[in-house]
Amino acid sequence: MVLDIPADRNVAPRSAVTESPLTRMVLIALALGFLLLFLVLPLLAVFVQAFAKGVDAYFAALALPDSLAAIKLTLLVAAIAVPCNLVFGVAAAWAIAKFEFKGKAFLITLVDLPFSVSPVISGLVYVLLFGSGSLLGPWLTSHGIQILFAVPGIVLATIFVTFPFIARELIPLMQDQGTADEEAALSLGATGWQTFWRVTLPNIRWGLLYGVLLCNARAMGEFGAVSVVSGHIRGLTNTMPLHVEILYNEYNFTGAFAVASLLALLALVTLIMKTLLELRYSRAGSLSTPH
Amino acid sequence: MTTAIATAGWRFRKPSVLPGFGLTLGFSIAYLSLIVLIPLAGVVWRSAELGWAQFWSIATDQRTLNALRMSFGGALVAAMVNVVFGTLVAWVLVRYRFPGKRIFDAMVDLPFALPTAVAGIALTSLYAPNGWIGSLLAPLGIKIAYTPLGVVMAMIFIGLPFVVRTVQPVMEEIDREVEEAAATLGARRLQTVRRVLLPGLAPAILTGFALAFARAVGEYGSVIFIAGNIPYVSEIAPLLIVIRLEEYNYAAATAVATVMLAISFLMLLVINLIQAWSRRRFGYGA
Repeated sequence: MVLDIPADRNVAPRSAVTESPLTRMVLIALALGFLLLFLVLPLLAVFVQAFAKGVDAYFAALALPDSLAAIKLTLLVAAIAVPCNLVFGVAAAWAIAKFEFKGKAFLITLVDLPFSVSPVISGLVYVLLFGSGSLLGPWLTSHGIQILFAVPGIVLATIFVTFPFIARELIPLMQDQGTADEEAALSLGATGWQTFWRVTLPNIRWGLLYGVLLCNARAMGEFGAVSVVSGHIRGLTNTMPLHVEILYNEYNFTGAFAVASLLALLALVTLIMKTLLELRYSRAGSLSTPH
Repeated sequence: MTTAIATAGWRFRKPSVLPGFGLTLGFSIAYLSLIVLIPLAGVVWRSAELGWAQFWSIATDQRTLNALRMSFGGALVAAMVNVVFGTLVAWVLVRYRFPGKRIFDAMVDLPFALPTAVAGIALTSLYAPNGWIGSLLAPLGIKIAYTPLGVVMAMIFIGLPFVVRTVQPVMEEIDREVEEAAATLGARRLQTVRRVLLPGLAPAILTGFALAFARAVGEYGSVIFIAGNIPYVSEIAPLLIVIRLEEYNYAAATAVATVMLAISFLMLLVINLIQAWSRRRFGYGA
């Protein structure tokens, strides 16, 4: 048996090392059919439903005071939560990637912990910590500090669920890059901060941007954790996803899908930027997918 | 800061000229403790306060058991569907060329990026009896929305990228010479796939399965809209926690959460073991 592997891709490859054209067509059709059914159709449905009653109804639904308040709150929460996790992500990645120490693997597991906790439980932990029956609850009440059913609780729950995103993206990237660049900078007389700003940060900027993107998408879209701590006060503690739920449960489908379409747009922009970053930064650049 | 804790041969860390170890590690651990560890420990502590008898009576209450069965059973079915179709999607994306491939590749991450509440109402509008798909199935007597089947559909959506994204990179690394060797030795294509390719992919597929399963078990936003949330039938465990919290029944909420946490941590352990095993056996982490 002579094994001639076709050099030209236009020549049909031998079936011994790939599948027959018919099998290939069937497999591609099955896979794409599955993706169309589960991914494309739901996305399409959001936009079709949002514009079902026309463009005017769409913008009227978005211009309602409660919708605007939800959009503002979502932006505010993301604007606090993402920078917090950004600082943590960079610090944790520096310690974990640039140094060898005991218990490192365990620390990485702990950083990943929020990914394996149900969003509802992520909210519950703060209810138990700050709620009326807790140790801190009475003290907070007597000092007039409101955390639950207010913005601080929403921010905390959002920080919890988006906790690992940036650290997870940076750790493998910085481990791959090693410490040679930083050592060179230090031996040339740079201070620690100069080394970080001028050497490390430029090296990790694309991975950092990618982590921020994912962290932001999740922060703006988080539902379960925020739902538990928010108290659902219209115009005050409703983020966009919670507002979607309220409108939907009131059978205001145009309004629900209009707000949902903004979140879907955010998801699309995130996906497009992720794809562009991967192209720019090559697949080998260890852009991993979050878990 | 650069002085490592060195006590008679035991070093906490290897010496390094880089600065900032104490600062960054200290900050990371403090932040991790404040945001994640202490609040999580609070749940376990609250649950310990309940006492074994009360904990057991809540955990084995019929409604709790049914909710846990819906969450874990649904997640199991969804993860199995995702293993089959996720591996197929990964295979098609890695091996074949077709128009729009890059777009479909990017679309796989949609469930990561799309807020769960949006996915929830979108799936419900599709599968409701008057929806695009629901109206096609209604004459056949098949109901998806507001039944346990709907819960599974949402869980499939949410888990798909976990399988594709863990299997895909391992598939890309497969050495084509192995397949050629199998073929020259007279293996038919199906035999090569079954006996040569699948065993090498098994750890990645298993990891993808565990990740998709773990995510689906805790899933809330995309499920509650399509589930119908009928107690004892299509009510998921996270929703039961929310219901108990709204009743100010913190004890019951904590007990259900503790059972879920315990099983989730077990899953995390299993995932780590699979990865350690795969590194030893195949020389790479899945």
